[in-house]
Amino acid sequence: MIGLAQTQAQGVFRWDWIGRNIDAIWDRTVEHVVLTVVAVSVGLVISTVLSLIIVRYRKTYTPITWTTGILYTIPSLAALAFLVPITGLSHLTAEIVLVSYTLLILIRNIVAGIDGVPQDVLEAARGMGYTRRRRFIEIELPLALPVIVAGIRIAAVTVIGLVTVTSLIGLGGYGFFILRGLSLFYSPIGTTQILVGTALSVLLAVVVDVSLALTERALTPWARRKAPA
Amino acid sequence: MIELEHVSKTFPGQDVAAVGDLTFTIPEGESVVLVGPSGCGKTTTLKMINRLIEPTGGTITVAGRDVAQMEAHELRRGIGYVIQQIGLFPHRTIRDNIATVPKLLGWEKKRIQARVLELTDLVDLSEDMLTRYPSELSGGQRQRVGVARALAADPPVLLMDEPFGAVDPIVRTRLQDELVSLQARLNKTIVLVTHDIDEAIKLGDRVALLNIGGVLEQYAPPEELLRDPANAFVADFLGTDRGIKRLSLVPISQINLDPGPVLPRSAPVAEAREMMRRYQIDWAVVGGDGRIEGWFTENDIAGHDTLDRVHLLPFQTKLAATDSLQQALDAVISSHTAVAAVFDGERYLGMVTSEEISREIIE
Repeated sequence: MIGLAQTQAQGVFRWDWIGRNIDAIWDRTVEHVVLTVVAVSVGLVISTVLSLIIVRYRKTYTPITWTTGILYTIPSLAALAFLVPITGLSHLTAEIVLVSYTLLILIRNIVAGIDGVPQDVLEAARGMGYTRRRRFIEIELPLALPVIVAGIRIAAVTVIGLVTVTSLIGLGGYGFFILRGLSLFYSPIGTTQILVGTALSVLLAVVVDVSLALTERALTPWARRKAPA
Repeated sequence: MIELEHVSKTFPGQDVAAVGDLTFTIPEGESVVLVGPSGCGKTTTLKMINRLIEPTGGTITVAGRDVAQMEAHELRRGIGYVIQQIGLFPHRTIRDNIATVPKLLGWEKKRIQARVLELTDLVDLSEDMLTRYPSELSGGQRQRVGVARALAADPPVLLMDEPFGAVDPIVRTRLQDELVSLQARLNKTIVLVTHDIDEAIKLGDRVALLNIGGVLEQYAPPEELLRDPANAFVADFLGTDRGIKRLSLVPISQINLDPGPVLPRSAPVAEAREMMRRYQIDWAVVGGDGRIEGWFTENDIAGHDTLDRVHLLPFQTKLAATDSLQQALDAVISSHTAVAAVFDGERYLGMVTSEEISREIIE
């Protein structure tokens, strides 16, 4: 990406555009982050509830993953086209699309994380007198955390990429620059905007992914300690 | 005291009962080992006591209270529980693992802190392990933590489900010994499940031998079980070497001791030769009045008139009357004279011979 930007720097890439549009870039950054955070948070709440239902009633696993799997496969463009007549060019429309893409990833990981808690640990917890709720919060959830966070990371990166698509309804974060750049095709200003929008989107994804990874490390100190050989 | 009355369990979807109709009592402060082949329902029986498995029939009372009438988690907080895979919480330090039940019971921080240190000492762990995570400990250390965690709230009852099944034989033996000495101090009511008859004999004040379907074939102290198996199944399960196994449980004081070929210092050599002939051996002992000085062989007395100046050899192995016949057998077969001298303190009691030991085995 950077290499590409440099080869096109003579005349094709307009550095001065960045200086002139620094406020717009900041506004779109905030928009991108807010759209992402809201989508992943809402997705996480819905997925947690559905995962708890699955853990309690195993039979619901197939229908729930089947439904969220269909949502996942609907092309985002088609989803937007379908929703705009109903919910308009609103945040709601954007978030419905974004959230629907997080569900399958998050549910799979939450359920896998909880399923992965060792049976002997659960038996010991029961045998020691944990109530069901307390065991879930104090034992199962912390032990499932690494797998759950792995799901959140994939969901977040996916959503950051998808936000550029919701620029089609005017809520796209960095996608706004890409879309406008496309409309100014073959002009140096247009190319510059496409490259800036893309680079910032990628950068945001990397930053979010790394921060989540570091957060997980901080929350699971036990996972890195091993017995000395 | 734990009482099981006509307890049964049939798992859903199965025609045959895992436990048919089981009635027996586990006395206060004793350790009872449930042993038997796979499918005998021993683990099912254990787990019905703390209601990890709910019985389909009968009643179980712990200290006079019907467990079915109690809240399951309240019941379990009052019963220590140790399992084969230990099940330590990987995300908690050793300190927090040990503190599990006191925390559930809402103890004060200071009290928990003090109790954790007490237990660390009790199970022989070092204090610097408290800040580590379970993954940083060896199998034997983890099992000790498991026992400490089960004992944390000082429950009167301890349930142990194959507690030493997952550690290597050397560590297992050590952990078994530790449990025996721990129990000698704590006097818990222990119910332990194992498939290993030797472990059952070693750890149980009583052994409950179960057959398929939870049929109680015999319920007796290990020594009685080995001496007098109730039926062919029990005898078969105990193995052909049950006579030998029993030796470790019988003290030397239980058998007749031979006074031994003992002569006073002043005895003439001719009397010594007569004694050796009678015993059909080539050695004899100098002593008398509950003391012995040493032994000599036929060669040592050549050229002497009396035993006065005969060179005596000291006894290599001295046994106490409280030692087991297994120790006696070991001493006898590894001694030159094929006997071993038994003492009560400094007082000589007599000789234990291989004949007397085998008489005890055959009986």
